Amino acid sequence: MTLLRHAARVAWKDLRIELRSREILYTMAFFGALLVVVFSFAFPQDARAVRGSVPGMLWVAIAFTGTIGLGRAFDRERENDTMRALLLAPVPRLAVFLGKAASTAVLVLAVAAVCTPLLALFLGAPLFRFPVPIVLIVVLGAIGISVVGSVFAATLLKVRSRDVLLPVILYPLLVPLFVAGTKCTASLVAEIPNFDAAWYWIQFLGIYDAAFLVLSIWIFESLVIE
Amino acid sequence: MTKLAVPVFAVLAAIGLAVSCYLVFFVTPLEFSYNEANKLNGSSLFFNQKIYYFHVAHAFWLFTAVGVAGTSSIGFLIKRDPRWDDVASASVDVAVAFGAVVLLTGSIWAKAAWDVWWQWEPRLTMSLLLWLILVGYVLVRQFAGPSADRVAAGMAIFGMVGVPFIYKMVGQDSHPAAGANGVVATMQAGMRPAFWIGVASFLCWYLALVISRVQSTRAEREVRELRERGLDLGVLS
Amino acid sequence: MTALDEVQIRKVAKRYGHERALAGVTLDLKRRSMCALLGHNGAGKTTLLGIVSTLVRQTGGTVDYRANGAAVTGAEVRREIGMLAHASLCYGDLTARENLELTAGLYGVDGSPPAIDRALDGVQLDRKARDRQARTYSRGMVQRLALARALLTRPSLLLLDEPFTGLDRDGALALGHELGALRDAGAIVVVVTHDLEAIAGRTDHVAILRRGQLVFEERGTYTYEQLKDVYHRHAN
Repeated sequence: MTLLRHAARVAWKDLRIELRSREILYTMAFFGALLVVVFSFAFPQDARAVRGSVPGMLWVAIAFTGTIGLGRAFDRERENDTMRALLLAPVPRLAVFLGKAASTAVLVLAVAAVCTPLLALFLGAPLFRFPVPIVLIVVLGAIGISVVGSVFAATLLKVRSRDVLLPVILYPLLVPLFVAGTKCTASLVAEIPNFDAAWYWIQFLGIYDAAFLVLSIWIFESLVIE
Repeated sequence: MTKLAVPVFAVLAAIGLAVSCYLVFFVTPLEFSYNEANKLNGSSLFFNQKIYYFHVAHAFWLFTAVGVAGTSSIGFLIKRDPRWDDVASASVDVAVAFGAVVLLTGSIWAKAAWDVWWQWEPRLTMSLLLWLILVGYVLVRQFAGPSADRVAAGMAIFGMVGVPFIYKMVGQDSHPAAGANGVVATMQAGMRPAFWIGVASFLCWYLALVISRVQSTRAEREVRELRERGLDLGVLS
Repeated sequence: MTALDEVQIRKVAKRYGHERALAGVTLDLKRRSMCALLGHNGAGKTTLLGIVSTLVRQTGGTVDYRANGAAVTGAEVRREIGMLAHASLCYGDLTARENLELTAGLYGVDGSPPAIDRALDGVQLDRKARDRQARTYSRGMVQRLALARALLTRPSLLLLDEPFTGLDRDGALALGHELGALRDAGAIVVVVTHDLEAIAGRTDHVAILRRGQLVFEERGTYTYEQLKDVYHRHAN
């Protein structure tokens, strides 16, 4: 489908730029690593407490780095007003949205791929005991953050106070995502893992992502065109 | 017709509130129960339970207000008529106030029932999250500059779609439940009139507040447009 | 690709929240014409251009695009639009070639290396610079890249928002000359600018906005003196 081809073109453009400079990747990954270190000091070290706090740490790290990455990815479209060029192109505006959401999701995943092993290392948490569900929930989380985040980051591109308004808008809307992520991760690192609970939260997040993706597809052009 | 709407609803609300206060404080039975040993149950709330009449009524209209804000925001994005946006904005403003009441009264209830000022139990959590989305909306309207209406509308719609997920997420734990076994259905007979009159009064209150806000926003807009015409014609300077 | 021959702007109005940017502007743009859209800052020129470029949704009125008498809508309109603004609309992290390849791909035009080279030859962008990232270019080179990008898709509606800002005297006059040539080749050109000298003698249609309203419109050629005079009389 041409829509997806154009979206891929937009996404690939972003990823190519990112591969060249690696600016967002390095800064996000470093920030994520710093967060992990700070958490290691801020929270107690005994095994039981760690099991309890690691899921939260992981998802807070994903939340913060994700928002920063989103902000930077869209800031790039502000330099030289290239967002205007994208919206002016004869491709469906939806393709621009899907492309940006896809490239942001890749960035968020790349950073999660850094933070998760770091957390496992520094805090001795068995995050990779069951790799498939963990990967699944993190991927779904990255998709959710990127989809909802891209809608609002694009909408706020030319809006006053956009730096602070993006988190103000995003965090309350993303709470179900973070809760699902945390609860799923928690049920996987617990002493007695609870697969039913983990599966429930994976499904929950899948439906959440689907619902917001559909909503974003309907509403993107309405919000982004002034 | 619309001129009378606000005074009528306000008066109805006032009467309803007076009646329900009378009923709540003087007529409804005190809530307490006996356990197996025929002694007073530790979970009896006595006078504190009466807060429930106000708490639940506000909660009903809080959720309704969110729905109204979400749907009018959809209408605004489709029609681009600022009057839809007025309704959304007014509904959110009132919802913030009602939400604050829900949270405060809920907190008092929590202290009485569980001896803590706050608990992360389902309904309180849900109300808090919803309230945060609403406060976010108000901040966006205030600080986003000329495009604020568009951005806020987006937030309201996303917020409305998020409500079922928040609901599912909080699950059902220690809060008095809803549905067939819930507090509303299993209320003692003596409490029902006070409860429903309370609910109706706060509906009138909600309507009075929202309609008056919408009217005032429209009046402001008319004044601005008149001023513009005056400037255009050179009559004003 | 059907080249646009007319843009009918009818009673277009735009409100941003409480602010009224445009109030009932009616204007006709025709092919083979260059319209100078003039006015003070805040008069609504950029907003009007935004609406004509489909990037801004008007709160009232209509904009009709016609080609061979038939209406053109949606993405097909955007296919015919070329834009040149003060910002380059190009990615600093990509090379000139990559920027044009991206544009060619999005617009469905020939993006092969020879076609790109021809486009860059047309704006005289140095061959050695074409494979360097655009952020290393001088201002003049960036302008040339932006022009190449705008013209690559052979637009029939060319919209320019302050394109002469930051150019030196020669650069501005050269760009003005280029725009005149595009107009002569049949395009509809709309220029929003404060640089009256650069468009003097080339524009055949002048429209002046003040506080969101169209206060002056006339077709004809203008010298620099005439433009200055008409501007001072009506823009205030």
